[in-house]
Amino acid sequence: MIEFRGRKRFAARPDSRAFELDLAFRAEAGVSILFGPSGAGKTLTLDSIAGFVRPDEGRILVDDVLLFDSGANVSLEPRARRCGYVFQNYALFPHMTLRENLAFAAMKLPRLEKRRRVAEMLERFRLDEVGGRRPHELSGGQKQRGSIARALLASPRVLLLDEPARGLDPVLRGELYAVLRQVRGTFKIPMLLVTHDLEECFELGEQMFVLDEGRLVQSGTPAAILETPASAQVARLLGRANLLPACIEELDPVQRRSRLRIRPEGAEEFELTGPYFPGRLRGDQVVLLIRPEHLRVTPRNGSGAVTMTLERLSERPDTIRLHFKGGLVAEVSRDEYDAWGPAREFGVAFPPEAMRVVKA
Amino acid sequence: MAIDWFPLWLSLRVAALSTLIAFLLGLWIAWLLANREFRGKEVLDAAITVPLVLPPTVLGYYLLVLLGRNSPLGHVYEWIFGQPLVFTWQAAVVAALIHSAPLLIKSARAALESVDRSYEHAARTLGASEWKVFWQVSLPLAWNSILAATALGFARALGDFGITIMLAGNIPGRTQTVSVAIYDAVEGGQGALARTLVLIISGIALILLTLGNRAGRYFGRVSA
Repeated sequence: MIEFRGRKRFAARPDSRAFELDLAFRAEAGVSILFGPSGAGKTLTLDSIAGFVRPDEGRILVDDVLLFDSGANVSLEPRARRCGYVFQNYALFPHMTLRENLAFAAMKLPRLEKRRRVAEMLERFRLDEVGGRRPHELSGGQKQRGSIARALLASPRVLLLDEPARGLDPVLRGELYAVLRQVRGTFKIPMLLVTHDLEECFELGEQMFVLDEGRLVQSGTPAAILETPASAQVARLLGRANLLPACIEELDPVQRRSRLRIRPEGAEEFELTGPYFPGRLRGDQVVLLIRPEHLRVTPRNGSGAVTMTLERLSERPDTIRLHFKGGLVAEVSRDEYDAWGPAREFGVAFPPEAMRVVKA
Repeated sequence: MAIDWFPLWLSLRVAALSTLIAFLLGLWIAWLLANREFRGKEVLDAAITVPLVLPPTVLGYYLLVLLGRNSPLGHVYEWIFGQPLVFTWQAAVVAALIHSAPLLIKSARAALESVDRSYEHAARTLGASEWKVFWQVSLPLAWNSILAATALGFARALGDFGITIMLAGNIPGRTQTVSVAIYDAVEGGQGALARTLVLIISGIALILLTLGNRAGRYFGRVSA
C-alpha cells in the first residue's frame, strides 16, 4: 500500500513555466497506474516517493513505513527508502556486466547468498546466458528485464516504474507485460507504473490515477474510467471519445429519454435522442462523449440518423476512421467501408446507450 | 655542453606531488560542487576560479603574506617541520598546486556533472551509501574525463613560473624549476641550454595531453 500526499511548487523560469504538484492518492497492493500527458507530474511523483525530490509539504507512507512527513520533519534518505525504481533509460551501470549490476543491488548479502540470489534472478528473468555482457551488448528487452531484476534484488518495499514500455516495439511490449504480471504474482509488493499509454493501463492496471497539471483528476479501474470519464478534461486525456458541446433540451424521467441539441464547431447544429441523464437538469450545458467505434454509420441517411459531410479518412490497421465536418470521428471496419464505395455524405446514428455526458 | 638536469628532475617531482594533492583534494571539492547544495557554494566556486585569472605575481604575493615566516600559518609550518616553507622546494609544490588545482577541479566537476544522474539515483535506490555511489558509480563513469583533467593539471603544474619565483625563489640546485631555469638561461645568454629545456618541456606537455585525450576516448567508449 502506498499513501501519498504531496505538494511542491516550482516557480516560473525562463525555460519553464510555473508548475505545482498537489496530489493525494492511495494505491493498494497490485499494479497502480499514474496516467497523464507529459508534464502532468507523474515522474515527479515517483521521484518524491523514491526521495530524489523533496515535496514542500506532504506525507508519504509505504505499508507501515513513513518515508516522508513534512509535519514531523521526517525524510528518509533515498537509500533507506527501499523503493525499487525502474528508470526510463533502465540506468543499468554501463561499466559493469549485467551480473555485476545485479550483484551491486545484493551488496548487503553475504557472498555465497549473493551469488545464489543473483543466479536465481538471472534465471527467473531468462537472462542467465547474457549475465556476462555489458548493458550496451544487451537487447532492449534484456535491458528492461535486467533493470527490473536488479531493482527486485534489493528487496524493495515498492516497485516504481517510469514508462517502462516507452520505445519498445509491440512484441517486446507484450513480453514486458508478461514479465510484470509475473512480478505481480511472485513478489507481493505494490507496483506504481507511470505511463501515457492507455493500452498499458488496461494490460496491467488494477487501479488507475489520472493526472493533469499536477492534480489528480480521476481515479478508479481503467475500465470504469474509460466507460465514464469524470470530466471533459479526463475524456480529452484518454483521447478515445468524440467530445461535442451540447445542451439538454428535454429530460423525460418516465420514458427514460432526453433530447440534446448538439453544437459542433464549424458545422450545423442538430438534435439527438439520448438516454435519461440522472442528476442533470433541463438547459444544462454539457459535453457529449461518444466513442468513434460506437457510432453507427450508413451510406444513406436512414431514420434517426444525422447527415454528415465527410472531410477526410484516416487508415488504421483494421479500421477506417471517418472524420466528418464539425470534428466528429467515426470508426468502421475496412470490410464495411469497402462495401459502400466512395461517398461524401453519410448517415450517422448515435446509439443512446453509448452516450455519456459530462459537465462542460 | 654539460646540462644540469636538476631543474627538470625537480619540476617533475614538484608537479607529481602537487598533482597528487590536487587530485585528492580537487576530487573531493569537485564532488561537493557537483553534488551538494550548500551556503557559500558560489563563493567557493569563485575562489577556485580566481587563480585562473589573477596575475601569478599577485598570487605569489598573497602566498608570501599568507605563508611567510611572519604569518601565523608560516609559524605553524615552521613549528611542525622545523624549517620555514618559503624558498624551499616544498614552496614550489604549493605554487604548482595553486597554479594547477583550479583547472583540475573545474574539469573534474564538469566530468562528475556529465554523469547521467539516473545511474547515481539508481545506485541510491539499491541501498548504496554516498561513498559507494561515488567510488563504484560516479568515479568509474567520469574516469575518462577525470584522467584527462589530471593530465592537464600535471602539465600545467609543470609550467608554473610566476608563483614559483615569488614563493620558492630561484636557488639553483634547490628551488630552481625548469621554467625558472629557462628564464635564467636566456638571461645568462646560454641559448643552447634554454633551447634544450624548452624542447623537452614542450615535448612532455604534448605527450601528456595526447595520452590524456586518448585515455578519455578509450574510457569514453567503454562507458557509452
